[in-house]
Amino acid sequence: MTIMNDTQLSDYVTFTTAEQLFGLPIECVQDVFKPSSITRVPLAGPEIAGVLNLRGRIVTAIELRSRLGLAARDQAQVPMAIGIESRGESFGLLVDAVGEVLKLSDDEREPNPINLDRNLGRVSGGVYRLDGHLLVVLDIDRVLDLSPEAAAA
Amino acid sequence: MDDLLREFLTETNESLNLVDAELVRFEQEPNNGAILGNIFRLVHTIKGTCGFLGLSRLETLTHAAETLMGKFRDGMPVTAEAVTLILSTIDRIKSILDAIEKSEREPDGGDSDLIDPLGRMARQEAAPPSQVAPPPPAPAPVELKKPDQPEPREKADKQDQPVAAAERSDEERGDRLANHSIRVNVDTLDYLMTTVSELVLTRNQLLEIVRRHEDSDFKVPLQRLSNVTAELQEGVMKTRMQPIGNAWQKLPRVVRDLCAELGKDIELAMRGADTELDRQVLDLVKDPLTHLVRNCADHGIESPAERIAAGKPAKGTIRLSAWHEGGHIIIEIADNGRGLDLAGIKAKVIEKGLASEAQLAAKSEAEVCNYIFAPGFTTAAKVTSISGRGVGMDVVRNNIEQIGGTVDLKSVSGAGITFTIKIPLTLAIVSALIVEAGGERFAIPQLAVLELVRAGNNGEHRIEHIKDAPVLRLRNKLLPLVRLKEVFRLGQCDNENGFVVVTQVGSQVFGVVVDGVFHTEEIVIKPMSSKLRHIPVFSGTTILGDGSVIMIIDPNGVAQALGRAAAAAARAEKSELQGREEEVDEDTVSLLVFRAGSQQPKAVPLSLVTRLEEIDCRKIEISDGRHLVQYRDQLMPLLRIDAESSLKKEGAQPILVFSDQGRSMGLLADEIIDIVEERLDIEVSSDRPGLLGYAVIKGATTEIIDVGHFLPQAFEDWFRRRDLSAARLTRTVLLVDDSAFFRELLAPLIKAAGYRVVAAASAADALAALKSDTRFDLIVTDIDMPEMDGFALAEAVRAMPAAAAVPIIALATMVSAEAVERGRDVGFHDFVAKFDRAGLVAAIKEQSADLSRAA
Repeated sequence: MTIMNDTQLSDYVTFTTAEQLFGLPIECVQDVFKPSSITRVPLAGPEIAGVLNLRGRIVTAIELRSRLGLAARDQAQVPMAIGIESRGESFGLLVDAVGEVLKLSDDEREPNPINLDRNLGRVSGGVYRLDGHLLVVLDIDRVLDLSPEAAAA
Repeated sequence: MDDLLREFLTETNESLNLVDAELVRFEQEPNNGAILGNIFRLVHTIKGTCGFLGLSRLETLTHAAETLMGKFRDGMPVTAEAVTLILSTIDRIKSILDAIEKSEREPDGGDSDLIDPLGRMARQEAAPPSQVAPPPPAPAPVELKKPDQPEPREKADKQDQPVAAAERSDEERGDRLANHSIRVNVDTLDYLMTTVSELVLTRNQLLEIVRRHEDSDFKVPLQRLSNVTAELQEGVMKTRMQPIGNAWQKLPRVVRDLCAELGKDIELAMRGADTELDRQVLDLVKDPLTHLVRNCADHGIESPAERIAAGKPAKGTIRLSAWHEGGHIIIEIADNGRGLDLAGIKAKVIEKGLASEAQLAAKSEAEVCNYIFAPGFTTAAKVTSISGRGVGMDVVRNNIEQIGGTVDLKSVSGAGITFTIKIPLTLAIVSALIVEAGGERFAIPQLAVLELVRAGNNGEHRIEHIKDAPVLRLRNKLLPLVRLKEVFRLGQCDNENGFVVVTQVGSQVFGVVVDGVFHTEEIVIKPMSSKLRHIPVFSGTTILGDGSVIMIIDPNGVAQALGRAAAAAARAEKSELQGREEEVDEDTVSLLVFRAGSQQPKAVPLSLVTRLEEIDCRKIEISDGRHLVQYRDQLMPLLRIDAESSLKKEGAQPILVFSDQGRSMGLLADEIIDIVEERLDIEVSSDRPGLLGYAVIKGATTEIIDVGHFLPQAFEDWFRRRDLSAARLTRTVLLVDDSAFFRELLAPLIKAAGYRVVAAASAADALAALKSDTRFDLIVTDIDMPEMDGFALAEAVRAMPAAAAVPIIALATMVSAEAVERGRDVGFHDFVAKFDRAGLVAAIKEQSADLSRAA
């Protein structure tokens, strides 16, 4: 039994991309899967890794590295995908590795530090200072907002 | 039991239960027009169906009830007695239905006990409103009921009991009819489909594993599993699709029965009955279709006597067609009857207060026609049992709009009316060609594909280049090409080998070069992710049989890669769909830019050029001061554009070949520069013969060549040799085109064919010319003109007594099936593509030949 106290706890699915630790509120995450046979989509933006079939659903794969303006993943490194359902559509966020689920107190969540990388800041909904790590909480709506205005903002 | 009857029983029972519940709600809220509308429609539908099935007792009864409800709709106060009476009527209908289900025929007996009070109540309210006295209470229907009927409803407990009664009877009927068919929720089918896709994926993985292990024991059972999976997948897909013919099945009988009742002779022609559409969609269009066909038969088609008087065959025709078109299913219902009565509609619109006379005057004919979709709208002078109560058309539109479709109508007075229903194909399955480019697979909808050509250096067909633009010679035509790999930026094409998918968008035909062609597959179109929707070259995604996801190519989008002209054409089509939201740049044309004589570039519309040839200079002969070359077993005259241009002394001489009426002529060029898409604005006109004027093309002042000038020059002798009959010379053609370019291009051509030509720059000018003393034998008109287009002109001409019989030939930049259909309706005698000069001359000759025969 969890001891009930005043602070509200939230579950975060954690994952790393380019050494950075990220967290997504667990209610955003549909499933975690190893993406296979991604079909490239010509003329799509760099963030779109392609489309794939996940149990009969067509999933649009979004490359988090490109979304954050980072260098492409090593060819040898196999990405993992975090399945997300947003406005009736299925997305797969490609990340380097998926970690454990962390229970974190809402009180400890801090606003983005001002020196946070601009690309990160654009998609971040706050940070947690864990021992030695900075966990960036992703705001999934902002991650999925690929409109040019959002990118320029 | 007859399928039709069984379906009727199932449907009617459902409807009646709804009516029961709705009526009770209605009594509580007598001012709620929406509820009344619902009830009215339900009863109307039941009545209509009864009529077709020959259930006269039911029909009479429902007609009486409907009449009374019609009064309510017109504002008669709703009394409890009236509701009771209608509920009793509904109970009676139910008991008759029960009897029909048992014996397959209507029970004997009459319903005057209900019909009389219904009629009395309806008539009383027709009396002047000053009469305040409440109607005498209706004879208690309770006592008149047969003993086996459900409990009579008392006024006091009306609020809950009818619903309970309805549910009870629903259960009973449900049991009896359940074994005939099962209604499956579409969600269930969707779920099945998803599961099957997953099964396919797993199977594929298993196959892959077994492939790696030779002599595996799994091989045989896995092969079996694989086959079963494929069959299952096919089966599940099939459960969702049905040919539209299923929805048409009962229409022939409907029409036949209507004919008998109305004393008309109507033929129902059906085309494209095997066009498949989603079951759910099919269900929803069934009723609207029946309504429309009924309306055509009742209002559209005249009686045989009227038809003969109007010079039409006694037998009327209702044409039903269905086909797939650009991601939609089009269903067309056309009759050749009297068309809509515009004056009648206008009068009714004003009477109903839907619009003022001034507002109406500002509306186009099409907009006025659309009023027939307004709720409660009918122009029928008398209320018949078939239609005329003003239910139907609004229901038709609602039902179709519910599934994201549109319904459009086109009416021509005296020639009939055409309804076009357009339903999106989102759920439907289309046949697609799977191709490969740059290592990726794509699906091209088979509908857009005309043919496949293998192109290679060694083969019959070779990809050539005009400047940088790739082209393919295909049966003496130059086909512009677009390389999928380049469009998709998947790398450069390293060689000239590949497949050319000859594709048609609107009237534009082009080739799509791909690396490989696999097979045709029936694909289920899945909507594209919102993140990808901005990419114009794709229209959707699909999951192939092997489980992989591929993109579906939108041929319209690919056409855009060809240039702005293509884009304009595609936009024109789109804007037609979207109600002409945007202005379309109609004047963009493909121009062939070349040099001949002077250094100044010259240009000619590419579509006028039949071929580009290079001829060995030594083959050019001079005879009688003219240059000739033997070309395709004929002597082809070669012309110089101006005196400055000279023949090359050696090597290959580039020639622009123009063909007309089986004859060809060549224009000598020094060099082919480019093919460009430009809006053709002739900024400075020229008096020099053979030159239309100057335009700025790609930043350079370019001479626009008047091909029309050279045609008669080349064919001079030929024209002289032809027997130009006196009659033909005296025939006068009225040429209507807003573009000076085309007027100047076509007028000489028609003249050369031996006609006098009067050119008009607008439809208004044309009408003025027609009103003048000049007698015209033929009108050739452009379709796309500002203010008044060709269709409107044709309608106006048809309305002029003096000119009504003059044949009209339409010139269209794009000839779509719809435009042809519409053209036929407004009275175009022929349809010619704007650049098809041979076709135009042939059409003119044919029409004037008809005239001579008629004279």
